[in-house]
Parts: sequence; structure tokens; C-alpha cells
Amino acid sequence: MHLQIADVSKSFGYGARTKEVLRQVSFAVNSGEFVALVGSSGSGKSTVLRLIAGLERPSAGSIRMDGRPLSAPGSDRGMVFQKYSLYPWLTAAQNVAFGMELQGRPRAEIRERTGYFLEVVGLADAARRLPRELSGGMQQRVAIARALAAEPQVLLLDEPFGALDIQIRESMQEFLHNLWRRTGLTALLITHDLEEALLLAGTVHILAPAPGRIVRSVTVDLDRSSLAHLRVSRPFLDLREELAQCLRGLEPALVA
Amino acid sequence: MPSLQRLLRHPWVLGILGILAVLLLWWITTASGSVNKLFLPSPQAVWQAGQRQWGSGLLLKDALASIQRVFIGFAMSAGLALPVGITMGTSPVICRLLEPLMGLIRYMPAPAFIPLLIIYFGLDELPKVLLIFIGTFFFNTLMIMDAVKFVPRELVETARTLGGRTLPILLKVVAPFIAPQVLDTYRINMASAWNLVIVAELVAATEGLGKRISLAQRFLRTDEIFMGLIVIGLIGLLIDLGFRALMRRACAWAN
Ligand SMILES: Nc1ncnc2c1ncn2[C@@H]1O[C@H](COP(=O)(O)OP(=O)(O)OP(=O)(O)O)[C@@H](O)[C@H]1O
Ligand SMILES: [Mg+2]
Repeated sequence: MHLQIADVSKSFGYGARTKEVLRQVSFAVNSGEFVALVGSSGSGKSTVLRLIAGLERPSAGSIRMDGRPLSAPGSDRGMVFQKYSLYPWLTAAQNVAFGMELQGRPRAEIRERTGYFLEVVGLADAARRLPRELSGGMQQRVAIARALAAEPQVLLLDEPFGALDIQIRESMQEFLHNLWRRTGLTALLITHDLEEALLLAGTVHILAPAPGRIVRSVTVDLDRSSLAHLRVSRPFLDLREELAQCLRGLEPALVA
Repeated sequence: MPSLQRLLRHPWVLGILGILAVLLLWWITTASGSVNKLFLPSPQAVWQAGQRQWGSGLLLKDALASIQRVFIGFAMSAGLALPVGITMGTSPVICRLLEPLMGLIRYMPAPAFIPLLIIYFGLDELPKVLLIFIGTFFFNTLMIMDAVKFVPRELVETARTLGGRTLPILLKVVAPFIAPQVLDTYRINMASAWNLVIVAELVAATEGLGKRISLAQRFLRTDEIFMGLIVIGLIGLLIDLGFRALMRRACAWAN
């Protein structure tokens, strides 16, 4: 699988009220890769993901998967939203099964895969609980399981842990990292948290705001055998500081 | 006393106490003889009027006639409001086309349509059923439209990224999400349906609880008027409770 975003621009509105949100964004995601896009709030991160998911159309440029242009949403691109997007009337298991039911898979297969993916995200015990009975972290894990169960070629994650508190965030980062290593999934992660991006992704793109454009791309080649160690290791901290400076330089001055 | 406190905390106890207090006040007022019996009949007299009409089968016949009108008119209204409201809630074009029109008609008092309905359709069942339809359809539709507009964008978009098309999304995402609000809308507008049937029967009918009240007025039978009012209130309350029970059972996730 090769996902190619080429010179994509996006503006909202017409005439005098046109707002340029993205300008000539280009990058690629290949099978098995974990790519992150980092930018401050309002830099257009979600817009990039919504364009790839097919929920918006680019104003210019092209988005292709294996050479084929993408224009509408499809189950080949799974999405996990920042805000909890579980169906509140369905149990955790029914939520996981939801996409597979839309796809019209056979019942036995749905049941088996539901069990498997709940197991994968460590929530086999919570199968029959409603979303409101689950913690925020558990809800996001169900959302990830739901997206994975529909067998996407790439998983699009829009600040999936943005609403969680710091401890749960860290354990969710471990979880996502292990999931990626175990299942070999392909992921595109959007975040405003540089540390999160560097911990998880092999390639990190920095998105500058107004209009959103990629100003820097780095390959992160660090030893990820233990994320806890990585967090405090010298090369990691140096890289993080360097990129943080780059991000800071992009912020518009607060005092004119 | 802790057991008394526990009793008072039961959701129904205070409500029933309120009703009993009014009944008691009513009984004391009439028993003291300070008010003309013609204006305010005693509770016993009203009870006896009820027993008389029940015994002769009149009460049941009237109640069934009114209930039938309400149910037919309201079923039409609710059944049509659902697809129209959902369409308006999902399609901005259709919403802009219909909302001003419906907003306008909604503020025309339904009873003001009675003269027209009688001219068009005479004095049969049809104009009464149509009155209930007119009086509730626009409210039902606009309230369902609003419920659809409040379906969180993420829920619909998640379904789209899972490969969902328009119709499955309507059936599997929009419909379950709005179900509690739709039931509540029906419950609220059922009250106006019930008001309207009585109004229609006051104007022209051969049977029905409203008809019985207007006949009682002609013979100054205030006991029968009171009886009719209480029966109407009780049936309305029962329908309301029915909707609430349905909502609790069908939409447990929303409570
Ligand atoms: N449908 C739309 N119509 C008009 N403007 C939009 C629309 N969607 C996004 N925008 C604008 O585009 C800009 C970028 O939005 P986007 O949601 O992509 O940012 P973000 O980087 O994800 O921000 P955050 O970190 O707050 O989620 C914002 O200024 C927003 O107001
Ligand atoms: Mg965003």
C-alpha cells in the first residue's frame, strides 16, 4: 500500500471570505509505516486527515492510494476521532462489530473478529458494557478496535489521546506502539504533542500554521525497545528540543 | 422517622399527596355548603355521574370515540413527520425550502382551521382526524428535524469511514440516535392532539368526551362536566406514562 499526498491545498469558503487552510502539502505513507504529523492548534492537522479519509475534497492537488485517486470515504481508510465517537446505544462489542456489519460480512466471522479485536485492545472483559460505562481510554481503545476490525489499509488517528489525562495518555501510547509492532498496521497519527509523535512514529512531519504547510520532516531512528527509557534518553530529548524550537519559531508573536 | 423520610423520597409520593390535598380542599368546600352546588358539584356527585355514565356504557363509548380519533390523526402525523423531519434534518436544501413554510403554518392555531375543515369535509370523522393532523404534524416534523441536526458529526462520519452509505447510516446511526427525542416529541405533541380532539368534538360530533361535555353544559350538569374533564385528564396522563415507559425500555442508553 502506498498513500501519496501530492501538493494538496485546501481553502474553505468563497470570495472575500475564503480561508486558506492548507498550502501544497505533500508526503507519503507506505505499508507498515507509522507516520506522524505535528502542528499547533488550528494549523490544519484535522483537515489533512479529513481529506485523506475522503470527508473533504482538496481544492488542489491529489491524494492517491496505490495510484488510484481517492475521492470518497471508504473502509480502506479507518479513522479514529479525537472526540469519543462510539455509538452510545451499542455495547463495546456491538461497536466493534458495527463496521463489519456495514460491510455485510457473515455473522460467524463478525463474532469471531469482534472477540479477537476486543482481545487485541485488552477489553475482552468489557464486551457487554455501554460506552458510558467505559473510561475515556477504554473508549478510545474500542474506537481503535472498531476501525481495525473493518480491515483498513491505513489507520488515521486524529489526536486519539488528546482528551485523556497524562498517565492514561502514556499507557495508551505504549498500547498503540505495541499494537503497531504486533499487528504491523499502517498508521498516520495527528497530534500537537511532539513527544507523542517522536515516541511512536518513524517519520514526523512538522506542520506550520496559517496556511498549513509542511516545513520539516525528520526520520526518527531510535531504539524503541522501551518507551519509558526512550522518553528520557539523550538523543530523544535532543531531537525533541530541536523540533520544539522549530515549532516555537512558527508561532505568531503574541505581542506585536 | 426514617421510614417516613424514605417514603417521601419515592418519586410519586409527593405528587399523589398534592392531588389528595386538592381533592380534600374540594370536598371541604362543597361539604361546608358555602358554594352553590350548580357551580361546584361535590366529589361524590361527580363520582356518581361517572358511575351512571359507565353503567349505561356511554362513558366507554365516548372515550373510545375520542381515543380513536386521536390515534388515527396522530398516527398519520407521527408517521409522516418522521421521514419528512429526517429529510429536512439531513438535506440543507430541503430544509431551507420547507422550514419557513412549516414555521409559518405552525403558528396558525389549529382550531382556526375547524370552519374550513367543516366546509370541505362536513361533520364526519375526517375533519376531526385532519384537525389533529394539522395541529401536530408541523410541530412533530420541526422537532424531529432539530433532533436530526444534533446527531454528532463524528458518529455519521465514523460510519462513512467504515464504508457506510446513506441509507444504512440513516437506519443504523441517525434513527437510533434520535429515537429518544422522537419519542419525547411524540409524547409532548400527543398532549395537543388530545386537546384538539376535545375542541373538535365541542364544535361538532355525535359522540366523544368533548361532545358529552358540551351536552352537559346545555343541561347545566356541572357534575358531568367535571367528570368529563377528569376522565380526559386521566387518559392523557396514562398516554404520557405509556410514552415514558416505552422510552425507558427502548432507550435505556440515553437515561
Ligand atoms: N468546514 C470548515 N469550514 C471553514 N473553516 C474550516 C472548516 N474546517 C476547518 N476550518 C478551519 O481550518 C483551520 C484548521 O482547522 P483544523 O481543524 O484542520 O485544525 P487542527 O490543526 O486540527 O486544530 P486542532 O488542533 O484544534 O484540532 C481552522 O482555522 C478552522 O477554522
Ligand atoms: Mg483537529
